[in-house]
Amino acid sequence: MAEIKVAREPLFHIVKRPNIPVWKKLLYYAIAIVAALIISAVFCAISSDVGDFGDFFKYLFEGVIGTEMRIWLFFREGMLLLGVALALLPAFKMKFWNLGANGQVVISCLVSYAVMFYFGKEGGSSNATVIVIMIVASISASILWAVIPAIFKAFFNTNETLFTLMMNYIAEGLVLLMIKVWAPSGSGSLDPIPDFGLIDIGNVYLLTITVVAIISVFSYFYLNKSKHGYELSVVGESVNTAKYAGMNVKKIVIRTMVLSGAICGIIGLLLTGNINHSVHSTMHGNMGFTAIIATWLAQFNPLTTIGTCFLITFISRGMNFVKIKFHFYDTSIVNVVIGFTYFFIIACSFFISYKLIFKKKEKKAMPTDFMVDGSQAETVAEKPATKTKSNKKGVKNND
Amino acid sequence: MKKLLTLLVAAIMAVACCFGLVGCGGEDDTPVVALITLHGRSSTYDKNFIEAFETACANKGLNKKQYAIVSDIEEDASCYNAAKDLVDQGYKGIFADSFGHEAYMIQAATEFTDVQFYHATGTSALSVNKANFHNAFASIYEGRYLAGYAAGLKLLTMTDKAVDNNFQLGYVGAHPYAEVISGYTSWYLGVVAALNEYNAENSTAYTATMEVTYTGTWYGETQEKTAAETLIGNGAVLISQHADSMGAPTACENANVPNVAYNGTTGKNSLVAYSKINWVPYFEKMIDQVQGGAAVETDWTGTIATDSVQWALGAGAAAGTQAKVDAVQAELIAGTRKVFDVSTFTVKASAIQSVIDDPLSFTPMSAFTLDGETVGHITSLTVSGQEVIKTAGTIRYFDESVVRSAPYFQMIIEGITII
Repeated sequence: MAEIKVAREPLFHIVKRPNIPVWKKLLYYAIAIVAALIISAVFCAISSDVGDFGDFFKYLFEGVIGTEMRIWLFFREGMLLLGVALALLPAFKMKFWNLGANGQVVISCLVSYAVMFYFGKEGGSSNATVIVIMIVASISASILWAVIPAIFKAFFNTNETLFTLMMNYIAEGLVLLMIKVWAPSGSGSLDPIPDFGLIDIGNVYLLTITVVAIISVFSYFYLNKSKHGYELSVVGESVNTAKYAGMNVKKIVIRTMVLSGAICGIIGLLLTGNINHSVHSTMHGNMGFTAIIATWLAQFNPLTTIGTCFLITFISRGMNFVKIKFHFYDTSIVNVVIGFTYFFIIACSFFISYKLIFKKKEKKAMPTDFMVDGSQAETVAEKPATKTKSNKKGVKNND
Repeated sequence: MKKLLTLLVAAIMAVACCFGLVGCGGEDDTPVVALITLHGRSSTYDKNFIEAFETACANKGLNKKQYAIVSDIEEDASCYNAAKDLVDQGYKGIFADSFGHEAYMIQAATEFTDVQFYHATGTSALSVNKANFHNAFASIYEGRYLAGYAAGLKLLTMTDKAVDNNFQLGYVGAHPYAEVISGYTSWYLGVVAALNEYNAENSTAYTATMEVTYTGTWYGETQEKTAAETLIGNGAVLISQHADSMGAPTACENANVPNVAYNGTTGKNSLVAYSKINWVPYFEKMIDQVQGGAAVETDWTGTIATDSVQWALGAGAAAGTQAKVDAVQAELIAGTRKVFDVSTFTVKASAIQSVIDDPLSFTPMSAFTLDGETVGHITSLTVSGQEVIKTAGTIRYFDESVVRSAPYFQMIIEGITII
């Protein structure tokens, strides 16, 4: 039955916006990011006795593009984060919340190091043999790490967020355990094994950049052009629809997580086999979580994800340089600025999708207005002419 | 919307102009030295380096543009990248503070031969033998011993806590590594020395035993706090630690158990004493070297005499402690007392054997003889081919941090139990 409430009109209504052109959206986002950076700059300038407002921007850019090495590092780090984000995308599109990328990356690092240690350093195999075994073993380990929660999800409907998170701790714990085996001096840190590992192409950065670029192209076609990509988005939309359409949901869930794990495995392989030649429990650099934010901000669009990953990397690398130049001796300041940026972007995306309609002053004199229970956005969506918003209030049957 | 935009842009420009006008000084900004740390200020270990570095730079007249501190650098290729970036910026001397940074610092030292690289706690400088790579440490075992002595005096004011005249101590260690083992052994020997000196003049004889637990991480607030709570739960009446967070001190404060700290003061009421390495003298040597002064030794060990080893008492210390510990310190400086006096502790043969059997240990100890069957005093021990049991007057002692600066005492002595 209809329930009629007599109430005061609220200060504002939240109303869905009609679609706005892409350039406008981009402009709004750009303004949001600049605003976040301005606030950060003021914050940093006040907190530091060495740097001022202008220095903030100078160092922010210098830290990213100041030298050739920094530019390469920016691209390599951006690509690594993108790689992890691309691993998460198919799972997220399927609404399988894979929070285990950290663990999947680090287990691959661990296995890569194990292969370099036992086959290379101890076993005396050639580097070619080590490379082949390392690629197969590390990617398999990562797939295993991703597929265990997937199997439980598919067959027992366990909660994948908790399961994948738990797998992170197990992977990091295993690394700590193995470091004890490999570094019996007890210092808790390993010696790198520089003589074994993937071969650099051109310079030490290009292999990673190339591999992730290939993964990106593959992911784009896989998600948008392939049957697999279509199937996993159907499962994401509605498991029942997928079932009625004759899809094997269990198979799709497991298959997608195999892919997700494999990409994380490649990232881990690059991290240990090419970049560090070593392993520690936080070698994932928390990319597994950062990538979640990157993909969400990009609304699971692979192309936009490239933008968000590089934006986050830009701020992170730039802020690390600002941190040094401003004599902040704590990484928290970097996170504060990244946090500001997220906040502004999220707020901006809210205002791109919705708008606030404030009540008009003259309406104050009309306390007998009826308040609507339920969605107001729908009401207005039917009446895009929002100038006539005073008409939207009325009685609504909410049964 | 347009109005808002215009307003925003105008505001930005105005603020930018204001700040742009500030800070046009004529200071010398030639880069001189830089410090790479594993964590930031929140870690007591890194904080000790950061503060000493700032002090040394100020003492040497460097302004903030002439030195850099790069915090939160992992023990992986990012250490090499940070070092390379600092070289690119023109820094002439680069110091890294964490053990795992060493391999990457050596990599950078090999590549950039005109820049000096310094590394704390490392073990390789002597073997890689490069003119631009240096290791440094301090005889902190002396500071630990003195803090232990203060703790012993504290225990004597809380004799009601002794069970059968034995005080149970607890120690939160990071890793089962020589640096940690040497640290807690010297600390324990300090406590025992204070008790023994009391026993010699009194009818009641007090003893102390210690439980040690390792957290498996150099910095883990939760693990350290939990470890301290476990030790207190096991009956420990006084806790010390070799771990970088405030975890253990917080647990002690909550449980009203006295605590002896490392790396600096905790500022808590439960603090009996702390010892720390003062890195200022070394950093000053380093700044001198890169500015054309004398070369720093390849492997350098700071001592009480160089002011590299410091200690101080906290709010929880017993009355009269300062004078007594000062007297002990004077004996250490004079050489009439040795921390690792082999007559003051005994070792199980197996404890030494396990050290020798460990083929991957980078400090193999060999050629020991015991003047007992299974438990006894050490009479001879070689480290990296050098005899480390030496004689000073009538005292036979284990000579720590002399073969190389990083500690190598890694035997578990009687009275200490690893849990």
